[in-house]
Amino acid sequence: MRWIWIDKFLEFKSGQYAVALKNVTLAEEHLHDHFPGFPVMPECLMIEAMAQTGGILVGEARNFTEKVILAKIKKAVFYHYVCPGDTITLHARIESIAPEAASIDGEIMRGPDRIAHISLMFSHIDKNLAGKQFPEENFVFTDMFNSLLTGFVERPVPAEPAP
Amino acid sequence: MAMSRDDIFEQVKDVLVDALGLDDDDVTEDATLMGDLGAESIDFLDIVFRLEKAFNIKVPREELFPAEAVMNNPEFVSGGKVTPKGLAELRSRMPHTNLSTFEKDPDVNKIADLFTVSAVVNFVENKVNG
Repeated sequence: MRWIWIDKFLEFKSGQYAVALKNVTLAEEHLHDHFPGFPVMPECLMIEAMAQTGGILVGEARNFTEKVILAKIKKAVFYHYVCPGDTITLHARIESIAPEAASIDGEIMRGPDRIAHISLMFSHIDKNLAGKQFPEENFVFTDMFNSLLTGFVERPVPAEPAP
Repeated sequence: MAMSRDDIFEQVKDVLVDALGLDDDDVTEDATLMGDLGAESIDFLDIVFRLEKAFNIKVPREELFPAEAVMNNPEFVSGGKVTPKGLAELRSRMPHTNLSTFEKDPDVNKIADLFTVSAVVNFVENKVNG
């Protein structure tokens, strides 16, 4: 994972569900353009936040041995704008998990208000795309997000191999 | 209690409409998942997950869609055609699928046409009703 789009986990139940939190701030430069004078969080970045919450949940369920990538947006419905100063929580629950893939169902909340309903599918890419070769190392889960899971998960995240 | 084939078809239709973003009318028994309904590889996994949930059954992907395993075996494919041995393998692994047209011209590129809505319904019917 090259960049982190959630701030911390509030709950993490291995193989079952996770709740992550993100604070939205006007220091995020894209909000200056989306839109000038009317800053709102782009919906695609809400999907990204859910993909990170769900992707880490799915990756952890297999002890980060799989390269988990977002494969399909099954559903994405948005009910409210998210503005600078808002705190949103991302609730992801594993619906199904198999050797090749997993699906999650998620909701984004702001306090009691439901902001979005997002369902995603993730692919374990080494088990799909037969014949294509990917690097040995797990380039999806780097130690960048290790701190996110501190206190929630006891097993260590595998370190990146030396170059 | 055994489910009727019509009931199973209706639920399979709902699964496909949701998974592939279709209209109800698109889903006919003869429609092919890839050619007619536009399914891609990840959609097959989505469909498998949704079938498991809708019918409360376990669906190993290679059981419902076993062609990949056959195609990747050089014994079963030669010169772009599925060999007689490969056809026998398909027959034993895909009892829910009608292979009669495919057997006349077992072109590997046409293997995707085997995945029809009725094959999925047959598969679920066997699982649900034994």
